Amino acid sequence: MDLVTIIFYIFAAVIVISAAVVVFSKNIMYSAFSLLFTFFGVAAVYVLLNADFLALTQILIYIGGILVLIIFGVMLTTKITGVDIKTGITGKFQVGLTAFLAAVFFIVLAIMYSKVQWNVKSAKPLQDTITPIGHSLLTDYILAFEAASVVLLIAIIGAVMIARRKKS
Amino acid sequence: MNIGLTHFLILGAIVFCLGLYGIITRKNAIMVLMGLELVLNSANINFVAFAKYGGMNIDGQVAAIFVILLAACEAAVALAIILNIYQNYKHVNVDEIDKMKE
Repeated sequence: MDLVTIIFYIFAAVIVISAAVVVFSKNIMYSAFSLLFTFFGVAAVYVLLNADFLALTQILIYIGGILVLIIFGVMLTTKITGVDIKTGITGKFQVGLTAFLAAVFFIVLAIMYSKVQWNVKSAKPLQDTITPIGHSLLTDYILAFEAASVVLLIAIIGAVMIARRKKS
Repeated sequence: MNIGLTHFLILGAIVFCLGLYGIITRKNAIMVLMGLELVLNSANINFVAFAKYGGMNIDGQVAAIFVILLAACEAAVALAIILNIYQNYKHVNVDEIDKMKE
């Protein structure tokens, strides 16, 4: 067992356990805070995969942006004083059926992943990832980059328009 | 046994299935949103794993950046919609929002 293997298994355990807490916890605040550890674990996996810029982006956007937004959403839509902070689940039959389907889907995926002979090519060793990402964003992916900026603008305007209180 | 592509893919599959379970079984709209974030993260793990092992080099990481960007947009718009639902219904249970059915 070299160091990379140990680190991978530690962070994989963090991701899986905290994702399970997110999904199975009855208290929605516990779920929201457990999502924090999932995002950190995924960022650590990115570092293991030589994607340092992506790991920083993950921490900045997911933890600094999306998670804070989700926690705001939880606080704004639950009655803080009441006992309404628990979230219900659908009926027992649906839960069982969904768990069965998800398990079957995972088993199918796992068998498929282990059977397929991937054309594994070791990537070029990268000195840094920021420079190539910037180059490819402004050359190969310039159209997607511009479209993404328009999407961001529309999302900001749309979110403000939707969430605004109506003047009665 | 060295860590290879399959390890990361199976990690992604576990997170995907947990997210799928959360999306389908939860009533609260914010819980559905959290399950969605799990699914998007699992897709990102796959992209970056293929970027390292599948010879996609930097293209996989650029795709993951676009996924993160769309996740941010989606979270903002979805939470705006959820706040609007809360103002109208005083709850955010997605199975009880059925005014259009009548």
